[in-house]
Amino acid sequence: MPEIKVTPLGAGQDVGRSCILVSIGGKNIMLDCGMHMGYNDDRRFPDFSYVTQNGRLTDFLDCVIISHFHLDHCGALPYMSEMVGYDGPIYMTHPTKAICPILLEDFRKITVDKKGETNFFTSQMIKDCMKKVVPLNLHQTVQVDDELEIKAYYAGHVLGAAMVYIKVGSESVVYTGDYNMTPDRHLGAAWIDKCRPDILISESTYATTIRDSKRCRERDFLKKVHESIERGGKVLIPVFALGRAQELCILLETFWERMNLKAPIYFSTGMTEKANHYYKLFITWTNQKIRKTFVQRNMFEFKHIKAFDRSYADNPGPMVVFATPGMLHAGQSLQIFKKWAGNEKNMVIMPGYCVQGTIGHKILNGQRKLEMEGRATLDVKLQVEYMSFSAHADAKGIMQLIRMAEPRNMLLVHGEAAKMEFLKGKIEQEFSIDCYMPANGETVTVKTNPSVPVDMSVNLLKREMALGGPLPDPKKPRSMHGTLIMKESSLKLVSSEQALKELGLNEHQLRFTCRVPLQDPHSDSETLHRIYTHLKSLLKGYTIQHLPDGTVMVESIVIKVSSSAEDANAKILLLSWSYQDEDLGSFLSSVLKKGLPKM
Amino acid sequence: MAAHLKKRVYEEFSKVVQIPHEEAPAKKLRLSKPSKSAALHVDLCKATNSTDALQYLLQFARKPVEAESVEGVIRILLEHYYKENDNSVRLKIASLLGLLSKTRGFSPDCIFDDAINTLSNENSHQVLAQLLGTLLVIGTQLPESPAVRLRLTEVACKHLSDTHFGVRNKCLQLLGGLGVADAPLLKDGEGSSSSSGAVREVQTIISDYFADQDPRVRTAALKAMLQLHERGMKIHQIIYEQACRLLSDDYEQVRSAAVQMVWVLSQLYPESIVPIPSSNEEIRLVDDAFGKISHMVSDGSWTVRVQAAKTLGSMLQVSPHFLEQTLDKKLMSDLRRKRTAHERAKELFASGEFSSGRKWADDAPKEKLDTNTVSLIASGACGAFVHGLEDEMFEVRIAAVEALCQLACSSPSFAEKCLDFLVDMFNDEIEEVRLQSIHVLREISTHITLREDQLDTVLAVLEDSSRDIREALHELLCYTNVSTKECIQLALLELLKNLNKYPTDRNSVWKCLKFLGSRHPTLVLPLVPELLSTHPYFDTPEPDMDDPAYIAVLVLVFNAAKSCPTMPALFSDHTFRHYAYLRDSLSHLVPPLRLPGRKQVYSLDSVDSDAGSGSVESAQLFLQQSLHRVSTIQNLETPGGQDLLDFTIRDLQRLGELQTELAGAADFCATYLRCQLLLMKALQEKLWNTAVPLCLKQNVTATAAAQQIVEETYKLEFLYSGLENRQVATIHHVRLQAKALQLILTARTRQGLDPLVSSEKFLQEVESFQRQFLPELPHLQDSFAEKLLELMPRLSSCKPVELVKILQATLRQSGVPQLRLPERIHRATATIIEPTGESDNPLRFTTGLVLALDIDATLEHVQNPQNTVKVQVLYPDGQSHVIHPKPADFRNPGPDRHRLITQVYLSHSAWTEPSQIEVRLLLAYSSASSSPSKSMTGWSDSFDGPPPPEPAVEGTIPFSKAVKVYIMPKPARR
Repeated sequence: MPEIKVTPLGAGQDVGRSCILVSIGGKNIMLDCGMHMGYNDDRRFPDFSYVTQNGRLTDFLDCVIISHFHLDHCGALPYMSEMVGYDGPIYMTHPTKAICPILLEDFRKITVDKKGETNFFTSQMIKDCMKKVVPLNLHQTVQVDDELEIKAYYAGHVLGAAMVYIKVGSESVVYTGDYNMTPDRHLGAAWIDKCRPDILISESTYATTIRDSKRCRERDFLKKVHESIERGGKVLIPVFALGRAQELCILLETFWERMNLKAPIYFSTGMTEKANHYYKLFITWTNQKIRKTFVQRNMFEFKHIKAFDRSYADNPGPMVVFATPGMLHAGQSLQIFKKWAGNEKNMVIMPGYCVQGTIGHKILNGQRKLEMEGRATLDVKLQVEYMSFSAHADAKGIMQLIRMAEPRNMLLVHGEAAKMEFLKGKIEQEFSIDCYMPANGETVTVKTNPSVPVDMSVNLLKREMALGGPLPDPKKPRSMHGTLIMKESSLKLVSSEQALKELGLNEHQLRFTCRVPLQDPHSDSETLHRIYTHLKSLLKGYTIQHLPDGTVMVESIVIKVSSSAEDANAKILLLSWSYQDEDLGSFLSSVLKKGLPKM
Repeated sequence: MAAHLKKRVYEEFSKVVQIPHEEAPAKKLRLSKPSKSAALHVDLCKATNSTDALQYLLQFARKPVEAESVEGVIRILLEHYYKENDNSVRLKIASLLGLLSKTRGFSPDCIFDDAINTLSNENSHQVLAQLLGTLLVIGTQLPESPAVRLRLTEVACKHLSDTHFGVRNKCLQLLGGLGVADAPLLKDGEGSSSSSGAVREVQTIISDYFADQDPRVRTAALKAMLQLHERGMKIHQIIYEQACRLLSDDYEQVRSAAVQMVWVLSQLYPESIVPIPSSNEEIRLVDDAFGKISHMVSDGSWTVRVQAAKTLGSMLQVSPHFLEQTLDKKLMSDLRRKRTAHERAKELFASGEFSSGRKWADDAPKEKLDTNTVSLIASGACGAFVHGLEDEMFEVRIAAVEALCQLACSSPSFAEKCLDFLVDMFNDEIEEVRLQSIHVLREISTHITLREDQLDTVLAVLEDSSRDIREALHELLCYTNVSTKECIQLALLELLKNLNKYPTDRNSVWKCLKFLGSRHPTLVLPLVPELLSTHPYFDTPEPDMDDPAYIAVLVLVFNAAKSCPTMPALFSDHTFRHYAYLRDSLSHLVPPLRLPGRKQVYSLDSVDSDAGSGSVESAQLFLQQSLHRVSTIQNLETPGGQDLLDFTIRDLQRLGELQTELAGAADFCATYLRCQLLLMKALQEKLWNTAVPLCLKQNVTATAAAQQIVEETYKLEFLYSGLENRQVATIHHVRLQAKALQLILTARTRQGLDPLVSSEKFLQEVESFQRQFLPELPHLQDSFAEKLLELMPRLSSCKPVELVKILQATLRQSGVPQLRLPERIHRATATIIEPTGESDNPLRFTTGLVLALDIDATLEHVQNPQNTVKVQVLYPDGQSHVIHPKPADFRNPGPDRHRLITQVYLSHSAWTEPSQIEVRLLLAYSSASSSPSKSMTGWSDSFDGPPPPEPAVEGTIPFSKAVKVYIMPKPARR
């Protein structure tokens, strides 16, 4: 039985370092190659020694597919390709290919230059790695080799995020990466057609959450910013450079436009400008509104949002500043925060989750006095707001995607085990399909039932057509007689005569004979006649003949009667049929075994 | 004598002229008939190969064919059809057959059998499909006849088993378009058993193809079924289950059609009971269908989503329990139930504290959920609208908003529930959606009362930079009910802010406050001292009377005071003075008040306020009486008639000013009577008896009068809406009289036109009048027209001189037809709000370049303003430009009200001094468009009938006051 094997190297019952190995139809595919944000040791990267103890991965992998540019999905890529060694194709969408190296370079800088790690990949390695990348377009079917083909679907989440459909022969797997089923200000919703894959590998970050309407949150956010600006306060929004930051920019930009506001909005860090540039370029990957209006004006060419300079933080009057990083743990956002924290007119809006221990986490929990380095304390007087803008599908969204794709099996990754358990139960209950949630290194094997295409000879087909049924209906199975010839990995269905001819064999007749004892007081010929009339009344629509040579023919089945010597009443019926008429023959024998009806 | 003879000749000639004119096209037809088909025949014979033949056919198809020659052409085509081997040529012929049988005036029954015969030995699937399509065309052209239908149904059934999807498609279309219900089944059931097998129930035949392997055929089957429904056949309920199964089809067009099908069935059998699969419960069919269609709102294809969302809106019979589920999306976080932001807002409000914003983890989930009860795939309607309103495509969102509106209008409790969601939509990224949701909220606002937090969200939109949005919002606030005095204060505050930011919104804001005040007098009352900043002991400085914000506050207060008699006691002295001023200057915004201690005002206003609703009736009565009085004037020479008319006109005009409800009617009557008066004056000149050369001077006044009457009649006809045919007849009658007068005058002066021609024209007009208003003639008893029509046989044969004499006599003796007023009659009015014409600063621009002048005007009671309203610009040098505004510049804020916001481009050569140009609005009319003659005369061959006897008169009526704009084109600097 053919099977598909899925082994998560990372992201199995966990969030971070997504890396999933899939063996399908003899092909090995690696889906995503990410790093784990929480670790600084070897656990940071997936354990590639699972694939091969030593030596390069090229021989073991047919291709690598990266779903989007977040580091937990692509962070280990240069390590894998350059340091472990992989020369095969790496597939990703155009925006991912463009933005991925920026993030990798940033990541490298932080680890090597700031933390002083050695034995890390270099800029050159990132470049070399990106040379191996083959870009994908949405809905474009790419033939990796003769049998393996992949196709990307839109996934929302971040610019260029894609879901991939992988197909070998008639077996297929869909990997969602991260996706979002509700559209936001700059991206659309994920979409897939009814591709009915054997396995759907889905993320499940929000497996147990059903989220509130996006509009409420947006409105709240805008209202708060607006109120603060009207009071003359300054608003700090700590963000990570890509993804949510752009969404918030668009949100504020359009709001400023609509409401005719004049207060300046600033965006810090140079990296963002580079990224914004790519957002401008990849308009086709954004949502309906931006796609439709970009001819008049590209929404990412911000009118109100300007680059930030450190000196601006002291400017009087209201302003909004987006600054990195997002958790207020270091860098520019922290500097600005320190400057503004003393004024109660100001406001800080945390647009995402904050890790424990960061200043962001502290102030969100209501701490009003912060201890800074050097024993100085900081009074936090400004308002602290929390707005969650997350771009993962919630439980409902995941179910919606399952309904869209109609998979035969379901596999959950990229989420916490306990939450997955719940969703797994729900999926099994609602769709009655199997659902798996392997841990890292655990292999899931799914048996598939692939259909094997067979060439059929035209003669046989025509003959079958002539037999019955007005139309061939591909949805209904139909049984037919023929001979299957397997020759040099090609399958052919031909009529038996043709098969004999091709193979140069003689035809052998196979006949079954059967003796049925019968108690009948009549003479042989009379018994035969009674059998004849009995069958005639029983089998309507069959040709039944009473031949003069003392036999009854039902189609091609011959029935004879002979009486035994000792008892004239005990008759022996002889039935003989060819194997083609096996059904009818065995039916007749069972009928005759019951005896003839009494006259 | 010679002249007389000549006239005779002319007369006879003029009669002759008409006959060849009518026959001319007929002759042409006969000539072209053989040539057309013959040419085709020759062409087709000439064609050596199929490409040539196809070329000929294509060329042929470009030209129209006359009805008479169609049959011949078709015969030739059919002949070639049988000879032709090439599929594409046969296909073209088949499609031509369909096209030709659509020719007007041609009845395709003669080729019906031939067309069916072609089917029998056709092998190509494409051609077969095209032939079936042709049959469908022919079938629809033919009148309802059961035999033909039956025949076509049989044909369709025969080819349904074809292997090609196109053929099956067409067969299903044929069945859908022409299939007959069970009538043949009953008839043939006993008769010929052979055909009864073929003619099964059409619906069962079609529904068999719901499971076809080809999605296109499945779609066609569903569409055919829908068409059967449209044709009035009752669809069986069995189909429901099948249609529901198709809702989960792989192909979007099938799903889309299935949604429609399910909807149709839910409307047909709303109350029947269907079982819920996998449980033994049963629900109403309409609820089941509602649930299933709601499910489609989260479909993969957006066209299906739009379809589903739209459909939901029209399922009004659904039970409220299901309806409310559509807005329900159970939130949970880590398996714990979470309250929605809406619920939280409501709770905060209820606890007395206004939403201070969300804290970190304030949405912390409360109760632990039982994992078994959480349903993730919402069964049925759950959250359909939540999804629809959050959809990626704005088309879906708009459809969802509209559906919400429809459902909310029929269910107040649902309206209450959907409020939060609609308010959220005010923040959509696409303006269209925002606007639509504001409109929707306005429509359902009768059912709802806004909470403070909701009002706050609504008011936030007031700062939107789009004028449409702001105005829609003002409109919404006019109809909104709010719950507390804080709400009023909040609204006033935001409106004043808006006024400050966008001063152009002045009128709209004032109007909004007017309604706000009159709706919530009791809520305004406690706010009055604060609003007017009065102090119990100290005199406060008198506010500036020209401050729009102060006026806004006063408008609010005065309107509230109207139904709250205790309020004026709180006013300070200057408030009373300001009231008097505003009552005069902004009388449409400030209502009459009964103010204590102000006798004067009281007595004056009491006329208005006392009468109240009764005054309209009394005014109506007065109007009727005046009209009745006028009707005593027997004919135009009645002595004292002129004076009576004079007085009545004056009365009516005053009445129109006093009673705005009757302004249209009063104006209409006054104008009508003025026409009569003018006519009377013109006829009563003593000039008629004096010799021709002496009366030249008087003639001038009479000519002018006649001209004026004609113009007035056009105004009467086109400026007023709500006219019935009878009034139109009366107006035309007056016009006829004026024309007669003109004719007489020209005849007398003998200048200009030949009297013969003009009398001929006049007679034609009389005829067309008769034709047009035949049913109205009894009402015009004893009138000019009636008398004229009595004399008609004589008139048409007599000489012009005689005609003039007769006319003169009739005109003077005829009576005034009584004017009957229709129920509602409104005068089209336009007010230019912008430019105001008050600015002393000239608008400067360089000559040769253009100046864009913003025009903002409200139009009332104008039908179809997109076509009729024009802007006229008059330059000081007498040049005038007429500009047609774009259709998109017209907005429709309310019934019978339109708003024109457009830009007019001006340009002129250099002036030395700034000067004023005039801008006004014109109402364009064309008599051809309004005259109902075409439908009434019953010309079947209108497409090449004689030209309408009365050439369309086109013109414009200025219907707004001219506004002066100061401009200064500067010479270009070099």
